[in-house]
Amino acid sequence: MDFRDSPEEAAFRARLRAWLAEHAGEFKASGDDYWHQAGRWHTALYEGGFFGLSWPKRFGGHDLAPVYDVILDEELAIAGAPPRPSLGYLAHGLGRHASEEVQQRFLPGMINGTERWCQGFSEPGAGSDLASLTTRAELDGDEYVIHGHKIWTSYSDVADLCLVLARTDPDVPRHKGVSGFIVSMHQPGVEQRPLKMINGVSAEFGQVVFDGARVPAANMVGKPGDGWKLAMTVVGHEREPSTLGFSARYGKLVRSLAQTADAAGGKVPDDLRWAAVQAEMLRLHVRRRLSEQLDGVTHTSDGSLDKLLMTWVEQSVGHAALAVTGTRDRENLEAYLYSRAQSVMGGTSQIQKNIIAGRILGLPTS
Amino acid sequence: MDVRLTTEQRELRDAAARLADDLGPGSVLDLADDDRAARLEKAIAATGWRTLRSDGASGVEVALVAEEFARGLIDVPFVGPVLADDLYARLTAAGEPAPEGLETAAAGAATVAVDGIAVDAKGLRGLLALEGTQVLAGGVGVTVEGVDLTRLTGEVAGPLTAVGELDAEAALRWHALALVATAADMLGAARGGQALAVEYAKVRQQYGHAIGSYQAIAHLLAEALALVEGSVSVLRHAAWAVDELSAVEAVQAALVAKVYTERAARTICETSIQVHGGIGNTWECLAHVFLRRVLTSAELFPASLEEIDLGLS
Repeated sequence: MDFRDSPEEAAFRARLRAWLAEHAGEFKASGDDYWHQAGRWHTALYEGGFFGLSWPKRFGGHDLAPVYDVILDEELAIAGAPPRPSLGYLAHGLGRHASEEVQQRFLPGMINGTERWCQGFSEPGAGSDLASLTTRAELDGDEYVIHGHKIWTSYSDVADLCLVLARTDPDVPRHKGVSGFIVSMHQPGVEQRPLKMINGVSAEFGQVVFDGARVPAANMVGKPGDGWKLAMTVVGHEREPSTLGFSARYGKLVRSLAQTADAAGGKVPDDLRWAAVQAEMLRLHVRRRLSEQLDGVTHTSDGSLDKLLMTWVEQSVGHAALAVTGTRDRENLEAYLYSRAQSVMGGTSQIQKNIIAGRILGLPTS
Repeated sequence: MDVRLTTEQRELRDAAARLADDLGPGSVLDLADDDRAARLEKAIAATGWRTLRSDGASGVEVALVAEEFARGLIDVPFVGPVLADDLYARLTAAGEPAPEGLETAAAGAATVAVDGIAVDAKGLRGLLALEGTQVLAGGVGVTVEGVDLTRLTGEVAGPLTAVGELDAEAALRWHALALVATAADMLGAARGGQALAVEYAKVRQQYGHAIGSYQAIAHLLAEALALVEGSVSVLRHAAWAVDELSAVEAVQAALVAKVYTERAARTICETSIQVHGGIGNTWECLAHVFLRRVLTSAELFPASLEEIDLGLS
């Protein structure tokens, strides 16, 4: 057992640190500026050799162990750089469910950043109950025609492609009639509507209305009706520890809040100390979970435990930010406001608890 | 980086768990069963785990056994003797002969005294204490049952005699181990309380359904499991740090683990009582026995939020 970097990991960390010192300065880590620069940031990381670390080489990745993603996330946080573009769950979804031909066509562009992606799952009427989605795809020759309304679509305003879940068969049980498609965002019949969130940011999430958008049948991920399995893989990976890796930013924010509190000469609030303890817990928890992956354990219901812990940490840090500067500091206030979304996005805390209760604790369902 | 338990560590944990399941008290009534307790004492004495440290085991092994023993409400000493053994091992580390007064410690039959009270003292004759960097030895006097129904505390019989001196670093490492062992004890007790509540929620019926099928109950238990997992992660690091990081870092890691685990364990035990409803508030339900063990292990070598290092110079 060793919590320290191996020699290889330490060498990677040193190389990354040097690269960040040279390149990270011009990129903003939060706010609308961050979202507007996200594409350039992705390209810069990729060209530096630091993106797609744990993905297959044949698609432009580096085939490294998942721990390297966490080292990357830690160093990005320490450097005050933007987070790693979160595409891992889409790559895993395609990697597991798409045909070899579809993977060859789309994964390299996703990984090297030449094609930007978004995810069209949630709908105004289908949030936690995703299987109730009503977006429909109807076959017309060798194309499908899509009608429907998607929401909470990160990067939708800059995306080239969208992984869309749509109903292809209304006559079978609802989990079985859903299929996944890779849809071009650059076509008539795709309308963008921005969403302004409570922290004032409007570049993060969008709404997308599909009104007769067309997609070649060959762009289906898997077979008709495979969409639900695809969705479960994608949302499962959204909760994985390597996705939680950017948790290092909580530690950094806590230290900066401590300096603010200290400089003001006041007592360091207990909320802040508790946030520091929780942030350290999450740092260590990610290490434990990644180590367990060395045994081949990946992508289980345990992700719901990880997601719940991460949510508690983020919201504790948000409370600490509020305790230190109240509403006076705009950035800290926005960090607090943004933390409220953590218990909703990627599956609400209530849904995570349902999963833990049913699948891990084995409690009966009524 | 690879923080998995080794095969040997997993086997040790499983052996401790089996022993706890076989001979630990399965009910409040069992606590008064002296025959069972005697069989348990014999079995644990035979394992040699009370002298893990002088046998060269790391803080991780100590934490694993402490956790499993608390989960099974083991009601014979472990944490006290293992901390006494750590002091003994440090005093004799350089291969020097054991100073006078350490005979009981050498035999794994001593516990430690904290603030003039011999803790975890059931059936033990000797005690060691650390004051500053000085190690003192003495005997255990009359033992009494306290808040914790699974462990006895004792008077310190007569004056203590100085038997040796640790360097400052060794004293810090001992303190780190004490924090880790008591935090592991809290985690184990919390896991025991959690398991008890989950099983109860599967069988207790109200409104025609098992209460665990209601989200109001299920979500409490799900939160408790997440708290268990967070505690496991933070404690694993602290247990490793006892021997692997600098002494100051080891204490800091242990403080973080203990502060986190204390809050988590208390919440989990309170949840266990709540899920048990009225029964959970009766003496005969084991839920309060787990909680009592958590509360006493929290007060033994306490850790507070104020001690958490925020990186301020």
